Amino acid sequence: MAACGWDGGSNLEPKLRAFSRINDWVGEKVFQSPTRLAREYPVSARTEMENFPSYSITYNRTGAFPSPASLKDWVLEVGGLVHKPLRLTRSAIEAMPRVTYTVKHHCVEGWTAVATWTGVPLATIVALVRPTEQARYLRFDSFDSDYYNGWDLKSAMHPQTILAYAYNDRPLMMNHGAPLRLYSPIKLGYKLTKYLTGVTFTSERPGGYWEDRGYPWFGGV
Amino acid sequence: MTSIPEPFSDQGVSGPRPLVKRYGALVRLAHWLNAVFLVGMIASGLQIYNAYTHFGIRGDLLPVPNPLDGHPVPNWARLGGWLAGGLNWHFLLAWPFVITGLVYLAFLAISGEWRSLVFRPRDIGPAVQMQLYYLKLRKEHPSQGKHNALQKGAYTFIVVLGAISALSGFAIYKPVQLAWLTSAFGGYELARYWHFVAVWLFIAFTLLHVSLVFLVDPASLRGMITGWYRGRFPSHD
Repeated sequence: MAACGWDGGSNLEPKLRAFSRINDWVGEKVFQSPTRLAREYPVSARTEMENFPSYSITYNRTGAFPSPASLKDWVLEVGGLVHKPLRLTRSAIEAMPRVTYTVKHHCVEGWTAVATWTGVPLATIVALVRPTEQARYLRFDSFDSDYYNGWDLKSAMHPQTILAYAYNDRPLMMNHGAPLRLYSPIKLGYKLTKYLTGVTFTSERPGGYWEDRGYPWFGGV
Repeated sequence: MTSIPEPFSDQGVSGPRPLVKRYGALVRLAHWLNAVFLVGMIASGLQIYNAYTHFGIRGDLLPVPNPLDGHPVPNWARLGGWLAGGLNWHFLLAWPFVITGLVYLAFLAISGEWRSLVFRPRDIGPAVQMQLYYLKLRKEHPSQGKHNALQKGAYTFIVVLGAISALSGFAIYKPVQLAWLTSAFGGYELARYWHFVAVWLFIAFTLLHVSLVFLVDPASLRGMITGWYRGRFPSHD
C-alpha cells in the first residue's frame, strides 16, 4: 500500500498525521453544522446496485464477506459511559421509529453513488442509553475483521446519522454490512462502520481502522 | 568594452541600463513559496486523483474530456505514498497555499500594485498589438509599463485560477456543509473535474511562464530572486 510515491518518510509522516488533527478540529467546529441536512434525491437518481461498490476488510483478505457466528443470535451491544446499557436485537431496532432517505454517498477515493437507506436515528438510541457527562465520543465495533471507527458525539446526534438495516428498500445485504451498519450522508464512507456489533461511549477519542493507518479522523463532508 | 547590439529598439533607452528595484520582498517571497506549495498541492492532488481516475457518479460518468481517464498517474508525479498520505499532504499544504495567496492579494490591493497587474478592458488593444509583435506581424515592441498587456492577462488569469482551484477544492472537501459552493461548480462531480482541469492550466501556465522568462526577459529572473533588475523593460508604470 505504501509502495508508490514518496510518503514523507518516517520523520514527516507522524507530523502530517498530527497536523491532520487541526483539520479535524476545523471540520468539526467550523464547517459542520449540527442541523444542516444533506440533500435528498429522488429514488430515480439511485445508482444501480451493481455499480455501488462495497468494501470489506474481510472480503479483501479472504474473498468472502464476513458473517457473525450466528445471525440469529446477533445483538447490538450499546454501552460504555452510559446510564442504561442496552442489548438490542434486530427486531427491537426495526420496531423503533425509522427514517428513510435517498442520499449521495461520498467515498474518500473521490467517487460518489446514490442510494436509499432505512434505519433508526442514532440519536434515538443515544436518548435510550443516556450517555454520562464524560461521554464525548462513540466507538463503533464490527465483526468485519478488526474494523472499527471513532465518532464525535455531535456527528452521531445529527438527524441523518442512522443505524441502517435496509438498502434501496430491501433488507441490508451482506456486502453492505448486514445485519446493521452505521450510515450518514455527512461523513465519508470509511466512517460508516458496517457489520456492527457494538456502540461504546467513551471520553477519549477512539481511533479507527483506516484512521489508525493515516486517513483523516473526522471525515466529514 | 564593446557594446552588444540590442535585439529590440528598447523604447529609446540607450547606454548601460540602470539597476532598478523591480519586485518587493513580499512579492518575491509569495512567488517562490507559492511555487513550492503549488508543486506539493499538484503532486498530492494527483495522488488523490489516482484513487479514482474517473469523473461522475458511479455508473453515470460525466461526458467530460479526460485523457487520463482510467490511467494511473506516474509514480514520480505523486506525493504521499498512498491515498491517506496524499490527503494529509494536500490538506496541510492547502493552508499555506491559500494564506500566501490571500496575503499577496491583500498586498496588491493595499499597495496599489494591482494597477500594473490586473488586465482591464483598456488592455485589450495593447494585448492584440503585443500578440502581433510576438507573431512578428509588427516590428517594434509596443511601449509598456512594468508589464505588457499580455503579461497582465496572464497574471490576472493565474490569480483567478488560484481562486478557482481553492474554491473548487473547498467544494469537494465539504460538499454537504458547503453545498451552495458545490452547486456553484455544478455539483460535486463537476467541481472535482474543474479542480482537476485547474491542475493542467497551472502546468500549462508554468511552462509558458518559465519559457518566456528565458526567451524574452532573462533579467527578470534576477529581479524575482533579488528584487533588482537590469533589463530592457520599465519597472514602473
